[in-house]
Amino acid sequence: MARTEQAQRYVGGGVLRKEDPELLTGQGKYTDDIVVPGMVWAIVVRSPFAHARINSVDTSRAGGMPGVIAVYSGADLASEWAGPLPMAWPVTEDINNPPHWPVAKDKARFAGDAVAVVVAESRAQAKDAAASVEVDYEALDPVVGVEAALRDGAPLVHDEFGTNKCYTWPLADGEVDDVFAKAPVVVKERYVHPRLIPNAIEPRAIVVQPVPSQGEFTMWSATQVPHIAKVTLSITLGIPESKFRVIAPEVGGGFGSKLQVYAEEAICLAVARRLGRPVKWVEERSENYLATHHGRGMIQDMEVAATEEGKLLGVRAKMLVDMGGYLQLVTPGIPLLGAFLYAGPYSAECYSVEFTGVFTNRTPTDAYRGAGRPEATYAVERIMDALARRVGKDPAEVRRMNFLPPFSEPTPTPSGLSFDSGNYEATLDKALELVGYDELRKEQAARRESKDVKQLGVGLSTYIEMCGLAPSQVLASLRYVAGGWDSATIRCHPTGKVTVLSGATPHGQGHETSWSQIVADALGIPFDDIEILHGDTAVVPLGMDTYGSRSVSVGGVAIHHAAERVKEKARKIAAHELEVAEDDLEFADGKFQVKGAPDKAKSIPEVAFSAWTAHNLPEGLEPGLEETYVFDPPNFTYPSGAHICAVEIDTDTGKTEVVRYIAVDDCGTIINPMIVEGQIRGGVAQGIAEALFEEAVYDDNGTLLTSSMATYAIPSAAELPRFTLAGNVTPSSTNPLGVKGVGEAGTIAAPPAVVNAVIDALSHFGVTEIDMPATPERVWNAIQNAKGGSK
Amino acid sequence: MIPEPFEYEVAESADHALELLGRFGTDAKLLAGGHSLLPLMKLRLALPPALVDIGRLSDLSYIRDNGDAIAVGALTCHEDLQFSDVLKQHCPIVSHAAGEIGDPQVRHRGTIGGAVSHGDPAADLASVLLTLDAEFVIHSTSGDRVVPAADFFKDLFEVDISTQEMLTEIRIPKLQGAGWSYQKFHARAQDWAVVGVAAVVNRSNGSIDAAVGLTTMGDTPLRARAVEEALSSGADVATASQEADRDTNPPDDHMGSAGYRRELSKVLTRRALEESLSR
Repeated sequence: MARTEQAQRYVGGGVLRKEDPELLTGQGKYTDDIVVPGMVWAIVVRSPFAHARINSVDTSRAGGMPGVIAVYSGADLASEWAGPLPMAWPVTEDINNPPHWPVAKDKARFAGDAVAVVVAESRAQAKDAAASVEVDYEALDPVVGVEAALRDGAPLVHDEFGTNKCYTWPLADGEVDDVFAKAPVVVKERYVHPRLIPNAIEPRAIVVQPVPSQGEFTMWSATQVPHIAKVTLSITLGIPESKFRVIAPEVGGGFGSKLQVYAEEAICLAVARRLGRPVKWVEERSENYLATHHGRGMIQDMEVAATEEGKLLGVRAKMLVDMGGYLQLVTPGIPLLGAFLYAGPYSAECYSVEFTGVFTNRTPTDAYRGAGRPEATYAVERIMDALARRVGKDPAEVRRMNFLPPFSEPTPTPSGLSFDSGNYEATLDKALELVGYDELRKEQAARRESKDVKQLGVGLSTYIEMCGLAPSQVLASLRYVAGGWDSATIRCHPTGKVTVLSGATPHGQGHETSWSQIVADALGIPFDDIEILHGDTAVVPLGMDTYGSRSVSVGGVAIHHAAERVKEKARKIAAHELEVAEDDLEFADGKFQVKGAPDKAKSIPEVAFSAWTAHNLPEGLEPGLEETYVFDPPNFTYPSGAHICAVEIDTDTGKTEVVRYIAVDDCGTIINPMIVEGQIRGGVAQGIAEALFEEAVYDDNGTLLTSSMATYAIPSAAELPRFTLAGNVTPSSTNPLGVKGVGEAGTIAAPPAVVNAVIDALSHFGVTEIDMPATPERVWNAIQNAKGGSK
Repeated sequence: MIPEPFEYEVAESADHALELLGRFGTDAKLLAGGHSLLPLMKLRLALPPALVDIGRLSDLSYIRDNGDAIAVGALTCHEDLQFSDVLKQHCPIVSHAAGEIGDPQVRHRGTIGGAVSHGDPAADLASVLLTLDAEFVIHSTSGDRVVPAADFFKDLFEVDISTQEMLTEIRIPKLQGAGWSYQKFHARAQDWAVVGVAAVVNRSNGSIDAAVGLTTMGDTPLRARAVEEALSSGADVATASQEADRDTNPPDDHMGSAGYRRELSKVLTRRALEESLSR
């Protein structure tokens, strides 16, 4: 074979996404595109009440309507469940863990709770009949806020517990009370995270196709977690895992909202089993606001102890966390994903956090982009600014004096975990330079002096986060019931093409591109000759799916290791064919070359062909060239960065405009810079959304007021600034690729940067606190209150 | 997101539309751009048994110079208003306000007639047309009648068009060189106005002759008569603007409290008058 050109290096290069031609030309196949012969449609009847006893459900009128095949109440379907819907993270031994049935039987616990299911020949017929299902509700007083929920005499979401408290989870290290008692400076603030609605652009969708004679089921679902859904739903439905296949086709975004196993999946399986017919359900956007889980919803009482100079001594924080009406897949554990980060990238002598989960009559909460880490980062970065104001120093200076020094090996931190690598001060310096910090401060002073109607503010956020979920043994210690590994299989075809099976399940992340880059470099295979398969439990049986920025640092690393295994076997075959010792070969330019005689070489495709013919293999070696690796990471990864936001506030109206945004991120080794940039841009946009725009607002009856895109204020490009992005990479010490993860960095970093900027713009009026989202009215009110109030 | 079943007919002409309305009865609705009606139907908040689609009546989409006024066909879309040279020359406030509605997709489908017929006090064009003292041509089987803007907007979602009539034309007086401004306050570019203020201003004999209209400050678009009177009595802009919320009844909801909207109306009125005077 002719000598090939020197292997191109793909990792780190700006390779275009191989997914895009299909998606951009409308050829991508989403769950709603799937049509199965004989298919019927399901519509879920939902409680309009946040809290109501279900006295009876009369399905007779609906059952007689055109096209209707069946109507089921919660009681009708009760015999279908071998167990309740899954809850996989009982964070404490004494957690109050209520059974969560797919269709409510006794009580509706949030507005949107499923109370009946209508099945008809068409979706419109099912929808029309749903309005005729007569449910006799007895409205009960709802529990709307977490503090109200804990008051004596509050109505009970789950009567059997006698309390709305779900759990209290503490973590402490060091002489906390002693340090705080003796500290010269203690700063205490209260922060509130609004409930957020994830709003993936593709709503949820499910198709279940049964093979009644075999007792088999195939489920297509717009999910982030086909593998987890398969395990857990087989338990809920009592379907043997061996007879159950789950497929996540193209999935249009998740942001954590599809890291879930939903009632509707169980319902479609149950109905398909009852009727022996394929069933389809597609979520309406208005249902998405009620029945897809929400995120955040936390009140934080955050304290730091410090010296007069602003040197951090300790952190003490107590959190109330809104669980909503039920515990979904990992609801109780979400705050724990941030529990180790309440000292940020700073040193401290002691550390104490405590989370109390609380039931309310609202949509259940669960993972939303960042999951626990935006909450932690917000508390830390807000209070660093408060500390700076208290000790009279610039916020950049207070951060600088508290940073952990640069390190490249695992380093213990105040919360007890070891960070992987970081150089926080250099990252901050880069961001300060890019934003032109000194100039901004001068401009700010000038506007204050001239009493400009538009005041300028600058906000910093030097965040640390934790991803690469997760070392399975650490998950065990946190009482999570699954592991944190992921798998990869690399199959080298005799024609030289390569198929990769990945246990990660992308829903917009571009894994097919990034994984191809890793394999292309590792095996010297052309990028276009590599095919990535994922998201189908029959094709990729082993997987832990995609969430928590874990894919590259677990699934991607598994691919790296699988490629090493392929090379190990290929080296044996190449050495045998070239009649040299294995040690005489080096893998260079995508080939095994004889040292000192590079013309004597075998490429992976050549070896793959030999492995297939099996005509001349080393003694005892099996034919074929295919290897699997399941990677269980030895540590988390800890991406970090410095984000700086500049805002202008119209002090007459309270409207905030983000005028500059700088993001300098350390996400470890970068596989594809364009994909990384896209993640950061989208994440920062979503973080700005939390800071300034988005909030799930409920009235006192527990009715969601922001129940559509007209009222729930997702910002568009028109509301966002140009972002300036830069990096400061320190390779992770957790894995051989040095990767950390980047999917959530923006939503973690941005909210405190923005809110710090808003408060900075108004601090000369005496404003010290504005809750998120800092809407124009809230900002305007803060200005009026600080000024002593013209009103 | 799935409406109740309804009947649907396409009108071939204005008179055909009236004939279909007569046949379907009083609960039938005219469908123009559909940007208010269809979302309400999808949420099952509006349940018309029949729709008469007038969206294809291209002869009702026009912008004509009629001398003192510009005649605009009821089915002219916002995009056409925004980029009309005739309007930009003679009624630039209409072009500007049309460009503030929704987003480009909305502006390509939504029509001026649909926007004002819906009777929504948050409609930007409604308060602008009220400020300009526009006239509305209402067509029925018995002929046309012309309603001045001051009489057209009756109540929340209620205008002076009966169930057997349709709006065919809007006549907008030319600005004749008057200064103008439309100040729309919203959190996002695509949002409805939390508050909007339209102003058209002439200076005469040292005092200011102004028309000021308010968006989302009551059950209908409103004129800020107290501001207009204060200015004609010689008050300065800042003082007169403090009267902006007099006799208003702004909504009080999570998009903006009534008190905040009142304060905004004063700030925006001042800004609208200042900008008008600078033009």
